[in-house]
Amino acid sequence: MPRIELEYFAQLGEQAGRRTETRETSVATAAALYDELRAAYGFVLPPEQMRVAVNAAFRPWTQGLRDGDHVVFIPPVSGG
Amino acid sequence: MNRFLIADAPVDIAALREALLKPEAGGFCTFEGWVRQTNEGRAVSGIQYQAFAPLASSEGQTILDEALARFEITATRAMHRTGYLPVGDIAVWIGVAAPHRDAAFRACRYIIDEIKTRVPVWKREHYVGGCAEWVACHHVG
Repeated sequence: MPRIELEYFAQLGEQAGRRTETRETSVATAAALYDELRAAYGFVLPPEQMRVAVNAAFRPWTQGLRDGDHVVFIPPVSGG
Repeated sequence: MNRFLIADAPVDIAALREALLKPEAGGFCTFEGWVRQTNEGRAVSGIQYQAFAPLASSEGQTILDEALARFEITATRAMHRTGYLPVGDIAVWIGVAAPHRDAAFRACRYIIDEIKTRVPVWKREHYVGGCAEWVACHHVG
């Protein structure tokens, strides 16, 4: 199974109880990976309020995932 | 060099300004965002900023490039801090040099507004009394 490198920020890090994770998964897309993580960690934020980055670039939720990809789910930002 | 810095320690603001001193510029406009002592009625002791640094830097750079394309400006730089900042510290700095003031002001406003909605930085407010929480986003509610 492909291994995905995950990094969690802000409230997602708190809810997952970790900042990084290497996860083996059979899901095909970023959207499906987020669904899997919501089930695992109880993430509160719906995907409609978030964005996703693959290998440090914004990508659509339909983005396919490959072994070794680095994935970050981006909660609503609050900088400035 | 990337003109949008994500910095985990205080940055020499004078050096950022100096990088914008160009003979074709007739003025310079800056915006500094500071850690404020209250938010929505609660006393704040400091703010922890967390960034997804590679994407924050590249998205910030994209915003600066957009400002250069949209407005008649000469040069622009910006910086966003990460880590724990006490009240009064500079959290974000934007500088814009331009031949004339109107473009400098408008570009500066554009850049801070876009940073607040697009750059992956999050703040966790620490309140007087000890508790802390992640702040809801700027563009919802």
